[in-house]
Amino acid sequence: MVARSAAEQRANEVFHALADPTRRDILQRCLRNEQSVSMIASHYPMSFAAVQKHVAVLARADLVTKQRRGREQWVRGDSPTISFALHLLERLEVEWRGRLERFDEVLQSQLEEGIPWA
Amino acid sequence: MGVTNVEKDPTELTLTITAEFNAPVTRVWELWEIPRQLERWWGPPTYPATFQSHDLSPGGTSSYFMTGPEGDQPHGWWRVLIAEPPHRLVFENGIADDSGEPNPSIPSNTVRAELSEPSPTTTRMEAVTTFQTVASMEMMLAMGMEEGMKLAIGQIDDLLR
Repeated sequence: MVARSAAEQRANEVFHALADPTRRDILQRCLRNEQSVSMIASHYPMSFAAVQKHVAVLARADLVTKQRRGREQWVRGDSPTISFALHLLERLEVEWRGRLERFDEVLQSQLEEGIPWA
Repeated sequence: MGVTNVEKDPTELTLTITAEFNAPVTRVWELWEIPRQLERWWGPPTYPATFQSHDLSPGGTSSYFMTGPEGDQPHGWWRVLIAEPPHRLVFENGIADDSGEPNPSIPSNTVRAELSEPSPTTTRMEAVTTFQTVASMEMMLAMGMEEGMKLAIGQIDDLLR
């Protein structure tokens, strides 16, 4: 499929990068804490080179940034897309917390109504 | 009691929230099933929901609107995928136009509610909401939010550019 615009091509790269469960898992780790490639590699039954390739795909889609420090490459997940998604999920959490609070209130009021006071 | 766990997965666009209530599971299910009870908690106090139709059987649909402080009434719809009372409910939740017709250009989200009974008088409810796209998540959040608080729709396009 030929991408019609830069934005579309960008979106295609993001979706391609996220289509693989290992890459999603790697991204999750790097979103929590900065990781060196060898730290990431220790979690998967694959070669260091294979992990490096996954990291490269994530980096191409701007989902992580790489930085060389000393002998190690450090990977950090700080994509604007992911942080924006996280920001939206935080707002969704607020919405659901409100819902569940009201849910509890409805249950409590039912309980009170159900008690024969007289 | 109340919310016991929250997990946010930004790569899967999924929120999982778990709560416990001092009520038997059948009573908790009623809060989903009976429209007048559902209306008391689904929409925020600033945007209370009114369900015009509500059918929680598999394949059943619901139609609702929320009423904002300025009289604005965004419409929404549900389509039930799985209903196993009183333990499991899975439905699609989408945005509709003013006549209640589902808006096909905005991908729906899926809500999965799992109810279990740690004891006969306690119910644990896990609610999992999954979106298909970041943009549809943004639009769904804007529904039921006052104008001044809404994010500019299309902000994600700028981020992707």
